Amino acid sequence: MIDALTGVLIIPAVAAGLFAILPGYRLTARLNVFATLLTFLTAVSLFVVEPRSGSYLLVDDLNKVFIVLTTFVGFTTSVFSASYIGHEIEIGRLTPTSVRFYHAMYQALMFAMNLALVANNIGLMWVAIEMATLTTVLMVGIYRTHEALEAAWKYFILGSVGIALALFGTILVYMAARPIIGEGLEAMVWTVLVQHAAKFDPALLNVAFIFLLLGYGTKVGLAPLHAWLPDAHAEGPTPISAVLSGLLLNVALYALLRFKILLALNPAAIAPGPLMVILGLISCLFAAFMLYRRRDIKRMFAYSSIEHMGIIVFAFGMGGALANFAGLLHMTMHSLTKSAIFFAVGHIAQVKGTQKIADMGGLTVTNPVLGWGLVLGVVAIAGLPPLGIFMSEFLVVSSTFAREPWLAVILALGILVALGGLFLHLNTIAFGPPQGPTAKAEASYVPMFAHLALVFTAGIYMPQALVKGFENVARLLG
Amino acid sequence: MVRGSLSFDVAHLLAGSLVLVSFMQLYQDRLYALLNIYALHALVLAASVAWQAFVQDAPHLYLTAIIALVFKAIVIPTALHRIIVRLGIHREIETVVGVGPAMLLGMGLVALSMVVMLRVTAEADPLAREDLAFALSVVLLGLLMMVTRRNAVSQVVGFMSLENGLVLAATGAKGMPLVVEISVAFSVLIAFIVIGIFLFRIRERFDTVDVQALDRFRGERR
Repeated sequence: MIDALTGVLIIPAVAAGLFAILPGYRLTARLNVFATLLTFLTAVSLFVVEPRSGSYLLVDDLNKVFIVLTTFVGFTTSVFSASYIGHEIEIGRLTPTSVRFYHAMYQALMFAMNLALVANNIGLMWVAIEMATLTTVLMVGIYRTHEALEAAWKYFILGSVGIALALFGTILVYMAARPIIGEGLEAMVWTVLVQHAAKFDPALLNVAFIFLLLGYGTKVGLAPLHAWLPDAHAEGPTPISAVLSGLLLNVALYALLRFKILLALNPAAIAPGPLMVILGLISCLFAAFMLYRRRDIKRMFAYSSIEHMGIIVFAFGMGGALANFAGLLHMTMHSLTKSAIFFAVGHIAQVKGTQKIADMGGLTVTNPVLGWGLVLGVVAIAGLPPLGIFMSEFLVVSSTFAREPWLAVILALGILVALGGLFLHLNTIAFGPPQGPTAKAEASYVPMFAHLALVFTAGIYMPQALVKGFENVARLLG
Repeated sequence: MVRGSLSFDVAHLLAGSLVLVSFMQLYQDRLYALLNIYALHALVLAASVAWQAFVQDAPHLYLTAIIALVFKAIVIPTALHRIIVRLGIHREIETVVGVGPAMLLGMGLVALSMVVMLRVTAEADPLAREDLAFALSVVLLGLLMMVTRRNAVSQVVGFMSLENGLVLAATGAKGMPLVVEISVAFSVLIAFIVIGIFLFRIRERFDTVDVQALDRFRGERR
């Protein structure tokens, strides 16, 4: 019985095995695009025919949004990756063997992320996120340089600690569920847990949530648990930076949201919202100020990801239909914009042969398409109108302002500080006197501009069906 | 009720010993001795899991016990012994914090986990309660070990003893589905492979496994 639900798992799994065997990177790069496209189409079909959920796999309105977003960005990134990897092989930074490994790992990561999103069993979800962490660790270290190894090691150690704390939290949730639901598999099935959550021991649930928040929060990249994130983004191949920022952070956030729903159903347990609000605000402010002193272009956008994850976690922490809607929209817009930026940054770094901001300048003159693409991306990510992120940030701030004016002021301050930091560096990179090599980039611009077009459209016009869908999910989140 | 109190006492004894062995790891200043103590840690864990399997009448837990015994107590320590001999680093470990402060911190963490877990699980059955409190202590001591050591191998040992604490917690939770136990064992396996690759790559490049040597690169300062 193969339906769309198992399809989004089987396609990447088969592809991963296939790519591990197939020689020749040109063919695998094309097949990689094909496999991710197929996964994306399968994911879209979830909206048409909804398969039955079982005790292991689940599909509902919440994870459909995440799955489609993940598979879409996975697909566009694979298009970008094909041209990026081609260049890396030409200049000898990667060998054909390591590229074969890279493609297999790319599909393994897609599999792990999809599994985490469709898992109905909280143990299975944990296993999937652990697997996603391990595959990205291997890919971050793929250049085998001094810096890449340190980044991978740091990511591995911090990621593992986070994952370990999350498992402890998962065990505690089981302990809380056992007296009510009974022993065995049922007590780890999310849909069953939700039905009985009101009767769980609140004290145990509280401690469990603290562990889950710290554990999965490390993977989301919340300050002060973010230390792995800038290194992992800066030293790995750029397609992986795009996938990390655009997708993996979301997947960890998704796990956190599932448990937030669970906790919210128990009236005696602590409210999960304020904790998330505090962590979100800290991350947003901290990352905004950190943006100013960056000298490496990929590290800068990594800090920008921390800032935006902070805003998203803040929005979901505030809760309520409007804030949840804003958080969901912001998450989607951030995924699209940030991966578009990394597509641009990847080619820029290849043209200039460096990631140092000081060594690149005047891009709009020397490489107009790339330069203006980056400018557009940064304008979008900084939250200027009329692009999509402006709308979602405006919704977050205004919905907060109606309830907690002070929090809204702090959040707005963080957003403005980040805007200043981003434009300060953008000025050096895109304008000013040209610096460094000015060779033409052999780039595929389609993924970048496709993402930016979507973000632009969303800023002006959102289809009614999409708004309805998001509103529905926002209600689910409570 | 004789069997009941006996089963409780033995489980208590074994879980308590695991915490004790965690403390022993904290003050080992030679890699060789540290690996031996880690093997002992895994051995105690195996005994504890086997006892849980017997008490809970859950045969699948014996599998977890065997994995702990064969894989964690024998295979990994042996392999790591070989690696450190090959790398020529069976000298002293440089600890970031002295032994005294580390032990004091450890005691603080154990006290913390007792206070938190015993208060929270007041209504759970006593066996699971104590197990969970001990497990959290082992997890926190593993974390402490990871932050007080600089050497990559001893950080890995810290991580593995942390995972042992997780297995203790998972087996203490009665009737927890097998999925998790296998996954825990499996993740240790994967973690070890990853680490193995890392160690060799590090060796390949810099002729050291001292993580401080990797710290020359601090992000932006070039």
